[in-house]
Amino acid sequence: MNPQEIAALLSEKFGQRIPESDADALNPWSAVDPSSILDVCRFMRSDGRLEMDHLELLGGVDYKDRIEVVYVVYSMKHHHRYTLKCRLPREEPHLSTVESVWKVANWHERETYDMFGVLFDGHSDMRRILCPDDWEGYPLRKDYKTPDSYRGMPV
Amino acid sequence: MEVDYSGDIMTLNMGPQHPSTHGVLRLELKTDGEIVADAVPHIGYLHRCFEKHVENVDYAGVVPFTDRMDYCAAMNMELGYVLTVEKLMGIEVNNRVRCLRIIMAELSRIASHLIAAGTYGNDIGSFTPFLWCFRDRETILDFFEETSGARLLYNYNWIGGLMHDIKPGLEEKIIEFIDYFEPEVDNLNRLLSDNFIFIKRTAGVGILSPEQAVSYGVTGPNLRGSGVKFDVRREEPYLGYEDYEFDIPVGLGEHGPVGSCWDRYMVRIREVKESCKIVRQAVARLTPGDVREAVPKRIKPPAGEVYMRTECPRGELGYLLVSDGSLKPYRLKVKSPCFTVMSAFREVSRGAMIADVVSILGSFDIVLGEIDR
Repeated sequence: MNPQEIAALLSEKFGQRIPESDADALNPWSAVDPSSILDVCRFMRSDGRLEMDHLELLGGVDYKDRIEVVYVVYSMKHHHRYTLKCRLPREEPHLSTVESVWKVANWHERETYDMFGVLFDGHSDMRRILCPDDWEGYPLRKDYKTPDSYRGMPV
Repeated sequence: MEVDYSGDIMTLNMGPQHPSTHGVLRLELKTDGEIVADAVPHIGYLHRCFEKHVENVDYAGVVPFTDRMDYCAAMNMELGYVLTVEKLMGIEVNNRVRCLRIIMAELSRIASHLIAAGTYGNDIGSFTPFLWCFRDRETILDFFEETSGARLLYNYNWIGGLMHDIKPGLEEKIIEFIDYFEPEVDNLNRLLSDNFIFIKRTAGVGILSPEQAVSYGVTGPNLRGSGVKFDVRREEPYLGYEDYEFDIPVGLGEHGPVGSCWDRYMVRIREVKESCKIVRQAVARLTPGDVREAVPKRIKPPAGEVYMRTECPRGELGYLLVSDGSLKPYRLKVKSPCFTVMSAFREVSRGAMIADVVSILGSFDIVLGEIDR
């Protein structure tokens, strides 16, 4: 399916829960209501027309007024790609985990938590992954200040 | 008769400094005698937060950072990045740049797979293949040094072109090397791939089923080792790969079930031969041209977002680039192939012998610089 058809299919199926789409962008995307992300991902994974079996990328972007979690999904069978975005508040952002849909999401979500502080509800192992467990702050947020030292060691 | 072999569980830390973890990686093994009940990888020892650094440098300044992710295949790392920026800016490069990029990328793939095979043999306990592989890799590094001035971290691919053209006569030397090297692969097979002990240590060990592989986002030779015929160079061609003739080797399971360590290893060896074919074709297609023709004077992409992936020696490398129209990237997210394959490690190694954990890890061919970024 081409991006336009995917966008149309998603808004037909989920209506208001897909507030915005841009299928003509260089990287075609749809915004997803954060509370529906698991439903949308499950649908995209299991629907015979989409079969997005490969989660290529899951990561965050800090837009200063909000945090966006980006999902790039691809179908190995139909060879099409689509991007989903969830817009979250900067204060205590949380989202349900899609670990049950793609197993690789486990580590990607841990990284997103580590770097942006987005908590994934229902995640089996919500710990930091790249930074030490007692690290303070979320490094990829735009207002992050690098600490002078960590446990007495200069950073 | 049912015998309960379960005993006390002992925690054994393998790494962070361990010869077979290929860098600083800690595996927390829960062992029940010789059996691994659970293996939890702890990564991040090499974390430099490259993605934060690049938000403070201009677009051209990002290239050396990408080199330092997968330092065994730096050419492929920077190629992915420059193609991403070129896609966002709509830059078209000429035929000479495309051919040279393919030659360098494929030579880099050969060099990287030689490291993979050599160190894998070393992990399993045979030292000679390691020396043979590094000897041939040395020639490729000499080509790179002659071209870019550096042996490992090149900064050779520029946005819109290349740092400079190859020296006159290098293409003949490359073909000479390929002529010498192709039969060497068969020698390596005789020495290592078909070795009885090597097969016993790798075949039937660490089976990764195709379903598991796709769900864990495993890509590249590791995915193809599980029998899934998927290669970005074929499915989403870039640089004109669609015009090149080459096969995509997959794991066939000659020695036991498909998706074992041996299959993953063998896919790399077969890919080396395919890369030789591509290099020959690319050299034949070289036309004169200016390699800096399309390099923009000022790199200022329009505001927008782009995702691009390329086939690296270790799998698909994806870059998500968000630009706000300024001179610096607003956000650059890297999808690292080693990161995703490492997330499958726990499931694959559960129930294996301790010695097989080394075999499984080596067959994944990870580079920690890219996992930790």
